[in-house]
Amino acid sequence: MGKWTRRGFIAAGVVSGGALMVGVGIREGHRAPKLADMMTEDGETLVNVWVKLAPDNTITAIVPHSEMGQGVFTSMTQMLADEMDADWQTVTFEQAPAHEAYANYPLGREFLMGDTKVPGFVQDSLNGGFLRIAQSMGLQITGGSTAVRFTGMGGMRIAGAAAREMIVKAAAKSWDVPARELRTKNSYVHHDASGRSEPYASFAEQAGKYSPPTQPTLKTPDQYTLMGKSLPRFDIPAKTDGTAEFGIDVDLPGMKYAAVMGPPVLGAETVSVDVTYAQDMPGVIKVLDKGSFVAVVADGYWQAENAIRQLDVTWSETGAETLNQSDIFARMRAAMAEVGDKGEADVAVGNVRKATDSAARIYEAEYSVPFLAHAAMEPLNATAWVREGKVDFWSGLQNPLAVRDEIAGATGLKKRDVTVHNVFLGGGFGRRSNADYPLMAVEIAKEFDHPVKMIWSREQDTQQDWYRPASVSRFRAGLDEDGMPVSWDNLFTQKHDPPEASHIPYKIDNQLIHYAHVEHHVRFGPWRSVDHTQHGFFIESFIDELADQAGMDGYQYRRKLLEHSPRYLAVLDAAAQAANWGRAVPEGRGLGIALVDSFGTVVAQVVEVDVTGPEPKVVHVWCAADPGYAMNPDGFVAQIESGIIYGLTAALYGDITIEGGAVVQSNFHDYPMLRMREAPEISVEIINSGAKVGGGGEPGTPPIAPALANAVFAATGVRVRSQPIANFQEGLS
Amino acid sequence: MAETRFTVNGDERVVDMDPTTPLLWVLREQFKLTGTKFGCGISQCGACTIHLNGAPVRSCSTPLAAADGATLTTIEGVANEDGTRHAVQEAWIEHQVPQCGYCQSGQIMAAVALLRDKPNPTDEDIDAAMSGNICRCGAYGRIRAAIKTAARA
Repeated sequence: MGKWTRRGFIAAGVVSGGALMVGVGIREGHRAPKLADMMTEDGETLVNVWVKLAPDNTITAIVPHSEMGQGVFTSMTQMLADEMDADWQTVTFEQAPAHEAYANYPLGREFLMGDTKVPGFVQDSLNGGFLRIAQSMGLQITGGSTAVRFTGMGGMRIAGAAAREMIVKAAAKSWDVPARELRTKNSYVHHDASGRSEPYASFAEQAGKYSPPTQPTLKTPDQYTLMGKSLPRFDIPAKTDGTAEFGIDVDLPGMKYAAVMGPPVLGAETVSVDVTYAQDMPGVIKVLDKGSFVAVVADGYWQAENAIRQLDVTWSETGAETLNQSDIFARMRAAMAEVGDKGEADVAVGNVRKATDSAARIYEAEYSVPFLAHAAMEPLNATAWVREGKVDFWSGLQNPLAVRDEIAGATGLKKRDVTVHNVFLGGGFGRRSNADYPLMAVEIAKEFDHPVKMIWSREQDTQQDWYRPASVSRFRAGLDEDGMPVSWDNLFTQKHDPPEASHIPYKIDNQLIHYAHVEHHVRFGPWRSVDHTQHGFFIESFIDELADQAGMDGYQYRRKLLEHSPRYLAVLDAAAQAANWGRAVPEGRGLGIALVDSFGTVVAQVVEVDVTGPEPKVVHVWCAADPGYAMNPDGFVAQIESGIIYGLTAALYGDITIEGGAVVQSNFHDYPMLRMREAPEISVEIINSGAKVGGGGEPGTPPIAPALANAVFAATGVRVRSQPIANFQEGLS
Repeated sequence: MAETRFTVNGDERVVDMDPTTPLLWVLREQFKLTGTKFGCGISQCGACTIHLNGAPVRSCSTPLAAADGATLTTIEGVANEDGTRHAVQEAWIEHQVPQCGYCQSGQIMAAVALLRDKPNPTDEDIDAAMSGNICRCGAYGRIRAAIKTAARA
């Protein structure tokens, strides 16, 4: 059990309270002692909630994020261990359980306060207030490319540094020497003058008695020993031998399996369910009509899935049954026409109307993107066991704490009676941040005493998604006599997150960026990089068109508009140089460039496309990315590569269409994915500019679609203003 | 129902199940060999790839009946006989291939089969053998590099 007194723990809480939840947790109902009980085992001392130092001198980082392929367990641990001067060979991690104390406080603070600096002496009390807000938002989120830049920078590093300072202080007291004469390395404290060395664990108990520093000294990059190194990821070996446990692999005694079916037209409810044939099929235990969906529970998943396909379900009419894809786009254009030049303003600087009216010429273009599904490799699934007033729940979740709260709300149970067991995610991309499917699993399981594993078919996964919204964007630029923009007027539909996604990196004095709301039943979901996916395509295509109008090269045109930002210029130049921009390319090939700043990371990409085949083939992508500082360079590169392929898949093929109110596509045969033979060579150059640390999971995605479209233009002279791009030639005739 | 007899990863197995049941679900639910993954159910993604008599097959669309008398290998049985990792698994770690990791059992099974047939595959061989396996994390470049490393091992 934890050895700390409540008072002692309060003190330690203040340490990470400088960054995280501990100190405030105490004030907020004494949750931290409960956490200490939960996290500590016999003989261990909890130095603070982010790091556990065991008697055998092993150190465990407690990581409050979900692993969905981004290497977060490793990068978080790496940041903590470096600041702590821990021995990497004996450092491990635990995934934090879904618990208030892990509500992602630094994340909340970043969102709420931005870069506001506060003096150390008020930080504790200030943190208390903001923690309440972060907790009320239920934040324990993996998404928004936040792990390294918020939790890592604001939590793990501070926890590691504070723990180290406390250990040094304890060693100084124990040895009766000045702390400044001590140095730390590989989880040992050394006093060179006397030749003494002791493992950290020797001082753990004494260190736990100190009130830790609210603002421990962090290392500068020249002092890093682990940050900046491509350390191998903890989770990879288990992902090569079948032992990694994903949600779909959870196995419990007496467990049964459920297949589900949602309404073809999202939002409809069951009117009648004819079970005559299905309920007598082999292995079927029960057919459930849950109103918003139906389920079949059976001895095996295959039996459940076979049976559900035999159900005859009548769904209610929602009014969307006559809605087709073209109607949705017509609705968007009507909404844009209605707001005219008075859309809800995103950015309004200078005087766009005046500047446009007096411009040498005006250039306009309209772009659109379709709906997209997430299509994570692991179909959605969740396992629930509802018994004796408690719920145990297993799934790979991006937001486990919110799911726990939603389950408590839906079942009327207390939060403490709901336990969420978070496991590996077979891809998330935003889809696994939604509580819809977890609640379905609980709805099913509460009908039984035994656990039930609900698995969605790929068809359900594709047709019951929360989609990257289809949207339209219209630009009108005033150009001077040299073709440079004096005004930028952009009206688009559908605004979600992040708020700055429609902003431009270019220096244009007069800007009006505004939007129109459009209602329809195709529900919105965050999709890798969220609004940046469409705005990256819109903005970077239009700027390329302006370059062409000016008779200029797209790279040089951007350079002229980025003179105010050395950081943007450096990234753009690096990508262009890597691609040897300006070189002659063979007939049927073209180079395209794009630059997008998203989630704090600036990314430029150059695409070389070959259009001699039946559809465009991307031969090579050269990418330069400035995340400020890449904590795990190979992990960062892997994320950028992944973001490029994810975005390229969407750009080339992604097209969810609506007919009769329902999603048409159902599986990989009609919602195709980029495959090995279509995968380009990718070269990534990291620029550690020292700027505030940015994200890695999403920023690789936004620039690839416009870079491809611009390359297609260079190769063919055809400007692609909609997606998917694979069939761009069909629109030419 | 009918008895089906076969070998999985060297173990003799007998099951009495509907012979039309896809092997995927027999492996996962009866034998708890959950390394083989469900991705699409229609042989489009390759996440469920196993070896049937040494050849890569999509277990989501291969009925139990097709395994009668056959020898099956899954990701759990792909390591060397002495328990050390297969060269492909080693190369996967060296190149830090997996991200979410969900498709990787299938990718590895496809790569092992490729290298058995073609110990020194060309890029075209890799395209042909691996294009049935989707990776939504987009690890294709690393998969290609790892296959070449494993080929040299």
